[in-house]
Amino acid sequence: MSPARQICVNYLVPDSIIARRISDTNILNILQRIRLSIFPGNQATESEPNDSRKYLHSFLLHFRPATVPERSLKLSLTWGLGGMAAVLVFVLFATGLMLKFVYQPSPGAAYDSIAYLNTQVPFGQLVRNLHRWGANGLVFISFLHFLRVFYTGAFVAPRQFNWLIGLTLFAAIVLSNFTGYLLPWDQQAYWAVTISTSMLDYIPWVGTGLKEGILGGSEPGKATLMNFYAIHTAILPALLLFFLPFHFWRIRKAGGLVIPRSAAEPPDIRGAEVNTMPNLIAREVTMALVLLAVLLILSMLLNAPLADQANPGLSPNPTKAPWYFMGIQELLMHFHPLYALLVIPLLLVFGLLSLPYISYEVETAGVWFASVKGRKMALVAVVLATAATVASVWLDEFVINSGLSSTPGMTANGLLPFAFVLTACAGFYILMKRGFKASNNEAIQALFTLLMTAFVVVTVIGIWFRGAGMQLMWAG
Amino acid sequence: MENQTLSRRSFFNRLWTLLGTLAFAELIALLIIYFKPRKSRTAATNQDAIIIAGSVDSFEPGTVTAFVRGKFYLARLDDGGFLALSRSCTHLSCTVPWVSGKNRFICPCHSSEFDIRGDVISPPAPRALDLYPVAIENNVIRVNATRPERRSEYAADQIVYPGKT
Repeated sequence: MSPARQICVNYLVPDSIIARRISDTNILNILQRIRLSIFPGNQATESEPNDSRKYLHSFLLHFRPATVPERSLKLSLTWGLGGMAAVLVFVLFATGLMLKFVYQPSPGAAYDSIAYLNTQVPFGQLVRNLHRWGANGLVFISFLHFLRVFYTGAFVAPRQFNWLIGLTLFAAIVLSNFTGYLLPWDQQAYWAVTISTSMLDYIPWVGTGLKEGILGGSEPGKATLMNFYAIHTAILPALLLFFLPFHFWRIRKAGGLVIPRSAAEPPDIRGAEVNTMPNLIAREVTMALVLLAVLLILSMLLNAPLADQANPGLSPNPTKAPWYFMGIQELLMHFHPLYALLVIPLLLVFGLLSLPYISYEVETAGVWFASVKGRKMALVAVVLATAATVASVWLDEFVINSGLSSTPGMTANGLLPFAFVLTACAGFYILMKRGFKASNNEAIQALFTLLMTAFVVVTVIGIWFRGAGMQLMWAG
Repeated sequence: MENQTLSRRSFFNRLWTLLGTLAFAELIALLIIYFKPRKSRTAATNQDAIIIAGSVDSFEPGTVTAFVRGKFYLARLDDGGFLALSRSCTHLSCTVPWVSGKNRFICPCHSSEFDIRGDVISPPAPRALDLYPVAIENNVIRVNATRPERRSEYAADQIVYPGKT
């Protein structure tokens, strides 16, 4: 062995005993041998008891770097959101596996098996609550994580592709939640899935085929439940198991998280390194434990809803899609279905996918809201979008469409309002860029904020301000 | 010609690519066929397909009768004609109840309203209620509840009159 190679081996594996040959272990008793076979390189040498590199040999930590930049540990960079999402995925796998032992995926038995779980199985209701609230929490927290990544500029090179993996993961999370929504087979589940899948009917040419393929028939039934069960418990978990490590690995390939900095500091700033163990690991474990405690307390206080058993002959009033689709359902009240369900969502998805590939004028990675000016512009966008969205929903409901009893037309309810919204967005972009003398980073960020705020506002209106017959009402 | 001197290697490369593409297409086709909705997977059996609704006289003109098993309403219009209307709203497939007091179908989900012929009175529903084929033989009404037929709006030739068929 060359001297260089020898040094290298000694440096990476600083143990007094390395079981490379049988003779190495001859001095040990049987228990020591078993221990050494499980933890071949974990014992620290006496000379270097705090060498962080020893953790490289731990299975759980081997995908972490030995050291991380001290600045990236700042809570106000990540708010721990990505870690929380990962913890929730773990909770959902664990509780989901437990539910799998009780649940029966057929229309005749599904509802009863959930009722049985709730009333007869010890801690059954708690497990179901954890799964339900964890799943909703995951959609919410991964959305916040998505916003965090955007507003800290962590989606441009070298993190472009990880942004796409993140969007894929988000889609898988929302679809997991949606397919799981049907499984209890109660009124809420049945009708939410009925109207959500009926939305597909409006997509020209392929919509009806797509809907019937997903449902396994023309309306939710036995085949639907089997399809959703297979997708929910096998396909999407497998996708998550593949894409989550991919997502994490890409963070390492990018050299870790973005380094938080003020706009005045240079972009290549990195600062001092600290050991991952305990600096990062302790923070992550703390965050995970706090999250678990909150989730447990919530699950003890609030039971997951279970309405009456599904009855295909009786639609409840109002019938609503799951909360994360309420924005689309609300859009459907104002736009022709072709625009509400196809043109607008496709345009938004295309925009999100292309965000990392636009060429930007300024390097803003690590700077919250790109700059102080960017923060002001985002604030203007939030206020403007909230006011404009509320005003247009109100106007459309009470002024434009009141007394109009004709069937919604393609032009009047589709092209015209769509062109109006598109023009307003373009006008907003140009005015913001000129008015603030802003870079395209800041202007695009303002436009993104405008659209996201509008989406959140229509979702909130759909969830809380639509009552019986989907009439607008004051908070319900 | 130059392209006649195809080397053995590139010939096989092309062959593999072609065979691989074919095999992939075959796999996709197989998956589509496998997942396509089948009769046996859906609840409707052949027994449910044709529903004998009853004799013509048991339905008063201007009334609507619900058939739970066939998932349709049998409407007898004032002029004595029959229509079998799907109970699914054409907007987002909610089940529309017949509100006899107001003489119309009112969807609980998004307040679409339909008249007794299934025509849209009030949006957001984009089309009239779907129809099931009705046949009247020897004064007995049979409805084929296998598959609803789409229509954009009410037309006079959709009505089935007793004695005319």
